[in-house]
Amino acid sequence: MSLTNTPTTPAAAARAVSQPTVKPRAAWRRAFEPRHLADTLLTGYLPIIIAMLIIVLPLGWMISSSFKPAGEIVTLNPTLLPQEPTLDNYDAVASRVPLLTVLGNSIYVTVIGSTIKVLLAITTAYALVFIRVPGANLIFLGILVALMVPAEVSMLPNYLTITGLGGRNTLWGIILPGLGTAFGTFLLRQHFKALPKELFEAAELDGAGHFRKLFQIALPVSLPAIATVALVTVVNEWNSFLWPLIITDTPDKMTLPVGLNLLRSIETTTASYGILMAGAVLVIVPMLIVFAALQRYIVAGLTQGAVK
Amino acid sequence: MAIQTQERRAAEEPQTPADPPTAPDEAVLAVERKRARRRQSSKNWSLFLLFAGPNILLILAFIYYPLISNMYYSTLDWRLGSPRATSVGLDNYIRFFTSPSGVEVWRVTGIFTAGAVIGSMVLGLLIALVLNKKLPGRTIARTAVFSPYVLSGVGIALVWNFIFDPARGALSHILGFFGIASPEWYLNEDWALLMVIIVYVWANLGYCAVVFLAGLQSIPQDLIEAATIDRAGPIRRFFSITLPLLTPTVFFLLVTNIIFSMTRAFDILRTMTPTGHGTNTIIFEIYLQSFGAYQRAGYSAAIAVVLFFTLFVITAVQLRFVERKVHYQ
Repeated sequence: MSLTNTPTTPAAAARAVSQPTVKPRAAWRRAFEPRHLADTLLTGYLPIIIAMLIIVLPLGWMISSSFKPAGEIVTLNPTLLPQEPTLDNYDAVASRVPLLTVLGNSIYVTVIGSTIKVLLAITTAYALVFIRVPGANLIFLGILVALMVPAEVSMLPNYLTITGLGGRNTLWGIILPGLGTAFGTFLLRQHFKALPKELFEAAELDGAGHFRKLFQIALPVSLPAIATVALVTVVNEWNSFLWPLIITDTPDKMTLPVGLNLLRSIETTTASYGILMAGAVLVIVPMLIVFAALQRYIVAGLTQGAVK
Repeated sequence: MAIQTQERRAAEEPQTPADPPTAPDEAVLAVERKRARRRQSSKNWSLFLLFAGPNILLILAFIYYPLISNMYYSTLDWRLGSPRATSVGLDNYIRFFTSPSGVEVWRVTGIFTAGAVIGSMVLGLLIALVLNKKLPGRTIARTAVFSPYVLSGVGIALVWNFIFDPARGALSHILGFFGIASPEWYLNEDWALLMVIIVYVWANLGYCAVVFLAGLQSIPQDLIEAATIDRAGPIRRFFSITLPLLTPTVFFLLVTNIIFSMTRAFDILRTMTPTGHGTNTIIFEIYLQSFGAYQRAGYSAAIAVVLFFTLFVITAVQLRFVERKVHYQ
């Protein structure tokens, strides 16, 4: 995420990127008027369909191939759909890597890691906006710079730190170094700053402390922004590869992407592509489902800073 | 004198609260207030640290401390896991900038970044222009096109590994249909680099399309309509109105894409080409040097420091120049 453009609130970004057509029915009529029909089809739907095919076909090919027996993978005349669908490939994945354990690790790391990160982001953003201390802006600047440091740069020292703490091949060792959250803090701080002051004034007159102001006022009106941060965090944690790859080498502590990497190094023949596709389905399809259901928040969060 | 004036003032404005007898109390009050403020301030500090402290500590321990310690490691000739390390000054940096293998990393990074950034931005803009036509059903298309951006790089790489397989991949079947033999995507280093660029662009173009789409939607419709009335054709309209008004978006995407292509491509690179022959961009090289076959931790740390400052400069340049020179509405 770039920190240089003036970002709007996530809600505004979501609105800007997902504007529905104003009058759907009028749009339909206009698009398919005889006068516009050729234009609609040639410069509208044709490129849209080509673009969608380029995106969807590889994923469809993955799902289809994951149900094909080895014979249909190595054939010179492949078919789009499996002729004799089978679950053998999924069985094979489970026999090469401890699939349930690895899946469980991924879920554990994603759930625990994301929960802590979101909580930390909420409390830090709240403190930066509402608790007046000298130097708070300097601390925020420090967090912004941290946003710019890619995990790869800090990989080696973190490896030494976590190894020194005995965190190799442990789930907490996978989770801990990623917990400090700059992205979520940044996004929620922008959101909290945009909240109207009047919301808090009545509560202050009642003598409400910071805890009550956070949990009874700031949180309830910020749920969309928090959902955005949470979903982006979940996506990142689930897909995270480099750090778990470095810090684990025993299969029962690996997360799914690392387990699949191991699977790839075991399965090197052409016939094993079906097994690898089954593995890819396991890591890709859950995120596809989450994305399809909640794309509004995820797109808003991931394109944050882009929309003026 | 002073008393006189005060008396006079007191006579003139009998209700004024600031009459002389209360002056000492005023001073006491000021001290009191200062003390209260300090008490409040220290109370605020402890609350602030309660709320933000854990996060700040984690960021210090796992982002800032590594930045500093990398600079120290980068001056060492040191194998990962070895107890012995000798100080070599700036040798690691000199080697990275002058040795053939170091220069090769820059060449690969340059080609990969250029291909990835230009590819995903051009395709992303084309898709955004089409999606901006307000056709029914475009929301579904937008979701579909964006979706690879949220998928695991390892999963994507596995899928494309299969598609690019020169003997049995879907692409070799398609090329075979046209009578073309599949290139050796994995054995030839140049083809391997093109392959990972294609896959990266596939995963990334939806991000560019959505950001471009948001930019397009912020262009006022009346400008376009005015140009249409003046008989400007669609191509003229694009280059004279749309593109100039889109420059902030273009520069934003340029900078984020350069940064992402340098950092986020790791999953695809490592999974599709595990040894990194011909595809060792700077981020992959950092990994290969310390955790690959060589275990040259000092050298790896030096490259990491160089990467950090490269990203720092790119962001600073954007802050300094780009923000001012581009056309904002």
